[in-house]
Amino acid sequence: MSSFWNIWVWVLSLGTLVGCFFLLRMCLKNFAGVEEGESMGHTFDGIEELNNPLPKWWSTFFLLTIVWAFGYIALYGLGNWTGLLGWKSSNQGILNIAESKAKTLEYLEKDSGVLVQYDREMAAAEAKYGPIFAAYAQRSIEDLASAKNVEIDFDTKGELTAEQSDLLQAKEALKVGQRLFIQNCAQCHGSDAHGTTGFPNLADKDWLYGGTPEAIKHTVMEGRIATGMMAWESALGGDQGVKEVAAYVISLSGRSIDPELAKAGKAKFAMCAACHGPNGEGSLAMGTPMGAPNLSDNIWLYGGSKRAVEESIRNGRAGIMPPWKDILGEEKVHVISAYVYSLSQD
Amino acid sequence: MKNSHEKVEKNVGLFFLFTAFAISIGGLVEITPLFFQKETTTPVDNLKPYTALQMEGRDIYIREGCNNCHSQMIRPLRAETERYGHYSVAGEHVWEHPFLWGSKRTGPDLARVGGRYSDDWHIAHLIDPRSVVPESNMPGFKWLAENTLDGELTAKKLETFNWLTRNRSHKDENGNPIPLYSQAEIDGAAEAVKGKTEMEALVAYLQSLGHALK
Repeated sequence: MSSFWNIWVWVLSLGTLVGCFFLLRMCLKNFAGVEEGESMGHTFDGIEELNNPLPKWWSTFFLLTIVWAFGYIALYGLGNWTGLLGWKSSNQGILNIAESKAKTLEYLEKDSGVLVQYDREMAAAEAKYGPIFAAYAQRSIEDLASAKNVEIDFDTKGELTAEQSDLLQAKEALKVGQRLFIQNCAQCHGSDAHGTTGFPNLADKDWLYGGTPEAIKHTVMEGRIATGMMAWESALGGDQGVKEVAAYVISLSGRSIDPELAKAGKAKFAMCAACHGPNGEGSLAMGTPMGAPNLSDNIWLYGGSKRAVEESIRNGRAGIMPPWKDILGEEKVHVISAYVYSLSQD
Repeated sequence: MKNSHEKVEKNVGLFFLFTAFAISIGGLVEITPLFFQKETTTPVDNLKPYTALQMEGRDIYIREGCNNCHSQMIRPLRAETERYGHYSVAGEHVWEHPFLWGSKRTGPDLARVGGRYSDDWHIAHLIDPRSVVPESNMPGFKWLAENTLDGELTAKKLETFNWLTRNRSHKDENGNPIPLYSQAEIDGAAEAVKGKTEMEALVAYLQSLGHALK
């Protein structure tokens, strides 16, 4: 803050406090020329004003707020002065994350003389929760997920064997993973992870990009920004082509459909095979996980009705999973991945 | 001194002036200096102006009153930053006219909502929030997908923002201000939004939120 504005703040603030004090003192004096308790000499609608003093409790409290203000300024500062505590709520005026981190480190030092409330809070939390997440991160996703169905049949407060405390830790990690999932992932995938139209079910065994621990973690960390499926209507020669291919796709999972239509669709399906595989088994089964779903398992990401399948073919689809590594960090993603992986394990 | 307060009590105009003076002091101390501080008028390094489409989306955000239930201000408290990301800083908001910090959170804070969800999710959610978040009490905004933009005022809006932010834009290497929008962008603004749905504009705006602090 430039010295002009610093002086501006000081003068107006202290001026107000001192002004309030003198105003109070003036009002406590009886300068009306009328005895206390006597009439001020005018009535209105039969109500008479008496010369009563300010209530003592009120003027005392007023005075105390002025005293309080000076104490507050002394502790928390005014203008450019940071006060005796050197307190700040956070580092404002930063222009990028690197600057924010640098300031945090600078002020966290013992003799920096500045107490940044937010940074202290975060440091305390890191000291408390950091080791817990670090310990979870040490264990593999399979290892954590394996605790899913193991019953706890021992006293958790008593002496624990190494195996038992490992089990408890894994159980805890899955619970933490679930909480993080509900907070960050449930908006799309649902709080039970069963998904909804357009957003994949994570609790079945049908995967777009792979259900191995590595694949799940990669999906959450980096996201899956698919190029998606193009709109096929014109390439298929219009509405009739769409209907034929849709019929064939529906027939792949053994549903009954006009066989003539499906037969015509089969010929055109060659164009779809590049991504979905020659038998509609999906890109994952072909070993190139690019997100093209298996079309033969009667699991439908965008709906399995004739209309919905036709709609998908006609206009294309492009589901996007946003990357989470910058938002959540690897350790939390690790725990979420363990939870998600555990959902499809028996 | 004798009963001089009668002058104030019997003269509404005078009473108004004194009252206005008394209550303006707080603002003069706490708000006015901020207009002139480097910390509150320098854009963060990565701040980018809204594109024409995002600008239209922002106006729809205001029109539909999104800011009545959604704040765009992450406070420096761990409980908030764990959920929403780094706390908001002044430099992210220096080009906001009006700012949309909001003061009520019926729904979650949106200051860093950009990139958290896919466009498809936003569209599904705006048309029928309960189709993706069953416990949501947000109303649906399905007409956004039906209304299209004509782009008539878009260029004017960009010009207005150039003027509003003339003292707070990024600077080139010689220290000269770089206007938010070039003449080419202003000329092409109408074309850029014409025929797009309001839904596309609003989603584009939402996806742009919160990337400035990197």
